[in-house]
Amino acid sequence: MFKGLIVIILTSIVVDNYVLTKFLGICPFLGVSKKVGPACGMGIAVTFVMLLATAATYPIYYYLLARFELEYLQTIVFILVIASLVQLVEIILKKYIPSLHKSLGIYLPLITTNCAVLGVASNNISDGYVFIESMASSLGCGLGFLLAMVLFAGVRSRVEAANPPKCFRGMPITLVSASIVALTFYGFQGVIENLFA
Amino acid sequence: MSVWKNFIKGIIKENPVLVLLLGTCPTLAMTDSVSKAFGMGVAATVVLICSNMAISALRNVIPDKVRIPCYIVLIAGFVTVVEMVMHAYLPDLYEAMGVFLSLIVVNCIILGRAEMYASKNRVFDSAVDAVGMGIGFTLALLCMSTVREIFGAGSWMGMEIPFIKDHTVGILTMSPGGFFVFGVLIAVVNKLTGHRKRSEAGGCAGCPGAALCMKNGCSEREGEGK
Repeated sequence: MFKGLIVIILTSIVVDNYVLTKFLGICPFLGVSKKVGPACGMGIAVTFVMLLATAATYPIYYYLLARFELEYLQTIVFILVIASLVQLVEIILKKYIPSLHKSLGIYLPLITTNCAVLGVASNNISDGYVFIESMASSLGCGLGFLLAMVLFAGVRSRVEAANPPKCFRGMPITLVSASIVALTFYGFQGVIENLFA
Repeated sequence: MSVWKNFIKGIIKENPVLVLLLGTCPTLAMTDSVSKAFGMGVAATVVLICSNMAISALRNVIPDKVRIPCYIVLIAGFVTVVEMVMHAYLPDLYEAMGVFLSLIVVNCIILGRAEMYASKNRVFDSAVDAVGMGIGFTLALLCMSTVREIFGAGSWMGMEIPFIKDHTVGILTMSPGGFFVFGVLIAVVNKLTGHRKRSEAGGCAGCPGAALCMKNGCSEREGEGK
């Protein structure tokens, strides 16, 4: 059981990295990765919201939707739950832990419509994980997102200093360097399965 | 603005993917084969037309403060309809597209058009805008998937191409190839359009979180590509 959880976490961090392999959450990945500081803040906020979203959507799906055969409402219910949850967390943080709100709060509203969060919640359901496995996979996905953001912010600060052809300036060169970062993650393919063999 | 101008702007001048850089997630994920790209383009276009018309019709009813949640619920409703139709009539494509079909809900093109256009304009204009944007999105996806499928898998829409199929560049159909082809495609568009200054609708302005985002570095993205 414990070994299974470790495998799920490691797999979702490096092998099935949400940003670089599954293309979820590309907007914040490209938007907030100019400096390491904000990239880190965004990554932590996403991890936090992913865990909360899974903790909320999992029981709702199995005890409410599946029980009354309302599975087709999954998309609507999940997005509403995630949106209201994020708002709620923001209000609570602002009231009780202002210091944390100051460092994470600014990223929270942006995450409501982040496809990675909704993607994790739906993938956990479609993969048929039990509750603890779902939480492990959300944690792994969030950490994978954080890792990709921080690595890419480092790469990007070097790319900014380079002098590419005029038409490649800005987004194109960023995407090409993202492709090279994505390539490095291919080196992990098959590593996790053999780690515990 | 004339109807024709309104229609054509979504395809070329304000192409949502290649010029406004919205909806990058499905663009990267769904373009490893032409049929998936086509399915995604059509599904998103249908949702976009329905949601734009509905939001435009309700623009005087929806209170300003809760407009984003209202838009999301409307869009999620239409996405569910499209999802169920595809599940019933195109089960293979439904399986292939997987989670990305339901992720049309959080596609920034749809929310962006609702916020930027449909909430301020008449129903007919919004519908024309949606058709133009939808076709622009579909064409961009088709362009990119054609490159990736022909050179990555040696086929087009599943039809094998004689010579290229023995000399494929497999990496193009995988995720690094997606980033690479997208980057090069934007560079080509930049080159062809001669770095024209971007219109107001560019980049972050289409995103509902823009106001907050501006404070933390996302705003810098707007300045790029000029």
